[in-house]
Amino acid sequence: MAVVLGLAVLAAGLQLAGYNASEALGALWNGAFGSWYAISSATLVRSVPLIIIGLGIALAFRAGALNIGAEGQFYAGAIAATWVGLRLGAQPSWIAIPGVLVAAALAGAMWVALPIWLKLRFSVLEVISTLLLNFVAEALVSLMVQGPLQEHQHIYPQSDSIAAVARLPLLPGTRLHAGFLLALVGAVVLWYIFARTLWGFRLRAVGVSPRAAEISGRIDSRRMIALALAGSGALAGLAGGVEVSGVSYALFQNLSPGYGFSGIAVALLARLHPLGIIATGILLGALEAGASGMQRDAGVPAVAAYVVEAVVILVVLLVDTGRLVGQDRTPRTAEP
Amino acid sequence: MSVPALELAGIHKHFGSVHALRGADFVLQAGELHALLGENGAGKTTLMRVAYGLVRPEAGRVLVNGVARVVPSPRTARRLGIGMVHQHSTSIPALTVAENVALSAGWPVRPGKLQDRVQALGEQVGLPLDPKAYAGRLTVALKQRLEIVKALASDARILLLDEPTSVLTPGESEDLLRVMRRFAQSGGAAVLITHKLDEALQVADRVTVLRQGQTVLSGVTSSLSQAPLAEAMLGQTAPGLITAPRRPAGSGESLIRAEALEVPRESGYGIAVRHASLLVTEGEIVGVAAVEGNGQRELLRAVAGRLLPLRGKLEVAKPIAFIPEDRTTEGLIPELSLAENVVLASDHGDPWLRRGRVDWRLAREHTAELLREYEVVASGPSAPAASLSGGNQQKLVLARELSRRPRVIVAENPTRGLDLRATMAIHSRLRDAAGQGAAVLVHCSDLDELLSLAERYVVVARGALLEVPPEASRYDIGELMVTGAR
Repeated sequence: MAVVLGLAVLAAGLQLAGYNASEALGALWNGAFGSWYAISSATLVRSVPLIIIGLGIALAFRAGALNIGAEGQFYAGAIAATWVGLRLGAQPSWIAIPGVLVAAALAGAMWVALPIWLKLRFSVLEVISTLLLNFVAEALVSLMVQGPLQEHQHIYPQSDSIAAVARLPLLPGTRLHAGFLLALVGAVVLWYIFARTLWGFRLRAVGVSPRAAEISGRIDSRRMIALALAGSGALAGLAGGVEVSGVSYALFQNLSPGYGFSGIAVALLARLHPLGIIATGILLGALEAGASGMQRDAGVPAVAAYVVEAVVILVVLLVDTGRLVGQDRTPRTAEP
Repeated sequence: MSVPALELAGIHKHFGSVHALRGADFVLQAGELHALLGENGAGKTTLMRVAYGLVRPEAGRVLVNGVARVVPSPRTARRLGIGMVHQHSTSIPALTVAENVALSAGWPVRPGKLQDRVQALGEQVGLPLDPKAYAGRLTVALKQRLEIVKALASDARILLLDEPTSVLTPGESEDLLRVMRRFAQSGGAAVLITHKLDEALQVADRVTVLRQGQTVLSGVTSSLSQAPLAEAMLGQTAPGLITAPRRPAGSGESLIRAEALEVPRESGYGIAVRHASLLVTEGEIVGVAAVEGNGQRELLRAVAGRLLPLRGKLEVAKPIAFIPEDRTTEGLIPELSLAENVVLASDHGDPWLRRGRVDWRLAREHTAELLREYEVVASGPSAPAASLSGGNQQKLVLARELSRRPRVIVAENPTRGLDLRATMAIHSRLRDAAGQGAAVLVHCSDLDELLSLAERYVVVARGALLEVPPEASRYDIGELMVTGAR
């Protein structure tokens, strides 16, 4: 419903702006789902970082910790992946690829270490600290690609390509890499954790009511929140590593077209449900892929597709907020 | 008699299923300092909030200077000359004292002039304040002073003060009460909400006692003594509740042993319990009698392992069951299902937990059994806890905690807000648990209920723990609670 509304708004806008709306929408569709190649090599490839980041966001948000810094954690992971990927050329793939991904995840987790400490020690809101670290991470990428990680000719602001052994295998004939499989497995694992494990249940309990969780005497709320944030950062970092080792093979500025923020939308659209995140990740991946197609084939600026994304998010949030506000109106207990 | 400055007649108010005010009456004369006395939860604050427009009553009349008024908001109340000083500061921390006063009273903000005006007002009423200080930097006592100055700046002739001395040192309290006395003598009228008997008798001209939302006594303080006031506050023994036989300290195995225990306040600032020693043996029900805010909450939470003592020795047998006072924010998570709420207190070793996994089918079966055994009315283990009535929620908390076969049970107001039937069901569960050898430490803010449940008592007054001798009368206990001395 929200998607249809978003597309309708886009069509109306395009018509008003003097474009041929049906042609543009056709191009959008073709860019996302027009061919097997479009599906596998555009839509699904773009959905991989969105899904992995979305899972991380769900992990943090379910624990009640609002990690807005996935973009920065993604870049921290990408830097670490590049650094390791450039140095493991002599190793076999079964060492190099896990090495790259583990380094990326660790870097992502490290990138939230400071917000975690600030939150536990000084009650600094993680919304602010994680958000601000995004800018630091972007600046760090810029520093890296013009400094320690710059390509060997020292001309372009980007790194050398990582060793071939450190690259994720591709599905033959496409650009779809094994990271997609990783995203699917991650979603199932996270679903299992939330639905079936004591740890996952306690994490959800902390997210709903840290006070009641703490008073139950069996849950250390602060520890749970710290772990959820660290896990969230690790997943966003992993997404950065997967992007480097599966798509770009190198580090450069603007490696992410805002995946860290779209990932929040992916998670919220799925109501923080790990399996739903697969669907919403593919949906937003399709919109971004379609946007490129629309720009290429119909001459409509790609940003127009973000209108669809924005409308979809707004509609879902409106529906959700309506419910939240409704909840707030339930009678409170007596206050003496 | 002259026309009362403020009159509240037949006020009724429900909060959810709790009937907080049941036709309460209150009359405030001009020129008097009036103490509104009552136990915690008696409805004192709610009644004053009706006058100040914060709570809308379902029935009853509000008369200001003899004229019937509808007070839909504090704005209206202020226009009618009513000011309220809350327990917590309502000032804006980032603004100065002068700016806060101007904001509240609607004075124009002209820097130099405004400061002079605020300073002059403070000195005139005997509550001097530095107008340039930021409100957030003031001490608790000065914040309260600012609240009073704000109310007076709005030309309030009726001041409602909610437990004003609870945050003050004795010296500060005296200063405040002197100022209030002067305010009354100059033709104003002030209400002092309090649960301190001696304070009411010492400073007020008249006193009104609320009990369970009803006005049970109103009179001139010079004609009253502590005994009838305490009787009115605490009430007669409620019908239907049996009085437990008294017992001397038990001789069985000691399950709770505290020595020279010092516990911090829950807020983390200051000390709530000093040098407390306590011994509870198997099969005993020990009642903790205390007026709210004297440290009983912290004592219970320390024993339950929910609050870390600062120093002293504390040995408590495990497992410990803890029944917190507030079932909707601490005992249960209303958004989660009943089964999930049961698993909340689960730990390794429970049959529905296997190496970190939760077998939800088994957990639901176990929950369904608990619902049957404890007669919890619910549609099933998957129902959200929010869908249960207060009594059934409390039964669920009890079922969850007691089913873990605790050796020690710590319960805070386990029957708060429940009807008599549910209350008795919970009492008998606690008695059964004690009968099976558990040590029970329980606090009820209602003294009668405590007397009917416990067999031995201790009093916590101003952070000190006092043993109550077996022969002490109900009145003796009440006095010990209030004065902290025998």
